[in-house]
Amino acid sequence: MIFQALALTLELAVLVSVILMAIGLPLGYWLASSRWRGKFVVEAIVSLPIVLPPTVLGFYVLVAIGPLSPVGRWYHSVTGGSLAFTFRGLVLGSVIYSLPFAVQPIAAAFASVDRKLINASATLGASRWRTFWRVMLPLGFPGVLTGFVLSFAHTLGEFGVVLMIGGNIPGATQTVSILIYDQVQALNYAIANRTALLLLGICFTLLAVLYGLRRNGKWGMWGWQ
Amino acid sequence: MAVSGDEAQAVRRELTVQVQKQLGGGAKSDAPMQLDVQLKISAGFTILFGPSGAGKTTVLDCIAGLQEPDSGRIAVDDVSLFDSEKAVDLPARDRHVGYLFQTLALFPHMTVRQNIEYGIARVSPSERHARSSEIAESFGIAGLFDRRPAKISGGERQRVALARALVTRPRALLLDEPLTALDAVTKGRILDDLRRWNDCHAVPILYVTHQREEVHALGNRVMVLDAGKLIADGTPHEVLSHPQFESVAQLAGFENILECSVVGAHPEDGTMTCRVAGTGMSLEVPLSRVDTARPVRVGIRAGDILVATSRPQGLSARNVIPGTIVWLRQQDVTVIAEVDCGIRIVVHLTLGARDSLGLVAGKQLWLVIKTYSCHILQ
Repeated sequence: MIFQALALTLELAVLVSVILMAIGLPLGYWLASSRWRGKFVVEAIVSLPIVLPPTVLGFYVLVAIGPLSPVGRWYHSVTGGSLAFTFRGLVLGSVIYSLPFAVQPIAAAFASVDRKLINASATLGASRWRTFWRVMLPLGFPGVLTGFVLSFAHTLGEFGVVLMIGGNIPGATQTVSILIYDQVQALNYAIANRTALLLLGICFTLLAVLYGLRRNGKWGMWGWQ
Repeated sequence: MAVSGDEAQAVRRELTVQVQKQLGGGAKSDAPMQLDVQLKISAGFTILFGPSGAGKTTVLDCIAGLQEPDSGRIAVDDVSLFDSEKAVDLPARDRHVGYLFQTLALFPHMTVRQNIEYGIARVSPSERHARSSEIAESFGIAGLFDRRPAKISGGERQRVALARALVTRPRALLLDEPLTALDAVTKGRILDDLRRWNDCHAVPILYVTHQREEVHALGNRVMVLDAGKLIADGTPHEVLSHPQFESVAQLAGFENILECSVVGAHPEDGTMTCRVAGTGMSLEVPLSRVDTARPVRVGIRAGDILVATSRPQGLSARNVIPGTIVWLRQQDVTVIAEVDCGIRIVVHLTLGARDSLGLVAGKQLWLVIKTYSCHILQ
């Protein structure tokens, strides 16, 4: 039971953090380099999940993917199924919920790359695409890794959004945090305790490895500082 | 390789720049300034000289495509890089203009070889290798290929940055005070290497500096930029030895700039007499067609002034002025003295002169200034 929930949670976290990299790299790049005046609106929207109660976010996502909404109807017409109370729905909700944890460190890392290096790359004939891959990404890598690990860890531990969107279906939407809640409700404190300890251990290890790598504020393992 | 090298030698490129741009007045508290520059430079070194804040770096940024002028035209030979009338604005990556930044901007996460080859990624691996090896050889950095920029010396970093820009065979080269931090010997060697490179590539090189030592060391031609305008253009000797503008004079090392009024002209002697404002001191200066009613400024280099501890006799120099030493200060191997002659005059002396004449603060002495050491400034 624990391992079914754990496997599902890890699968969810891996999928969500990979998807968030695909969204976070271009979005972070754009936030770091755009001079558009309306940029603050996008920044505020990206940060919303940090302050909103997960139930509010979960509620809106649930309504948005429900059978009555355009998104829900479109999804039904394409796949014949529904997003609500499914694993895919969970992925969608988690991506939105963990978005700031991926985008903010990535945007900060790109913004801190020395402007002169980007200019030098341009005067040496490099396209923006090449400058991104050869200069910004390697130099912003600590922030990108932070974004990846934080969104992964954050997805592991989320509760409210998962409960609102996915419900509590073992093997389909029951994540570790839901399982703990379920076991406490059923007064199975022993199982709840073991599960909680497991999650605590995983999250601590992840963060310890991340901060160990970032020690001294410099990226020692690359050896160029 | 050889063929393209010969072609490069055959073409002597010319860089035309005509740029207007409003500077400052934005987020920075700088007073707004209108940059308005027209210059045409041919192959070889041209120095763009001026105080900080004159707009020198902005001119380079506009040529390189990193900043956009409000209006104007920038071209290398017939190729327009920017033309506000024809709406041409090539992005920096398509301009083929080499740019050496003051901070060098070497990529810290790449080795020396990766840095040098960054701009020639599109040529075949074998040619890329050949070109980077050749340029590294000629700049004496081939032994550093596998090191990162943080692990090499300051002079080596300058060479790598220069090699990285030159290996792309730019149409023009922009240098923004790249050698300021180096000692004179290292600087001289790097410049020799750069000259040798340009002997066969013949591109226009625009070298920005605010150090007058560099102007004399480098120049075929120097242009002086002040507050967004070009105010002088000529050989370093013409511009710096006979400055016509006060801002050039300060840059050219006139430690003493005196406000004077002309009290008499002596066409038969080729001189005129000036009274220094606020004092009874008068100076014999070269005759020039200055309106006697208007005040003039006279610039005198601190190093052109002789001192004597007793009143000298039988001299050709027309100006012998008594004064008292206010203070003395040693800077490197030069002694800087300020002498009160009714107006404070700065004099540069050698350590030996100070010691053999026993110069100390409070000592009375005479300043000897040749007529032709007095420069009339506009």
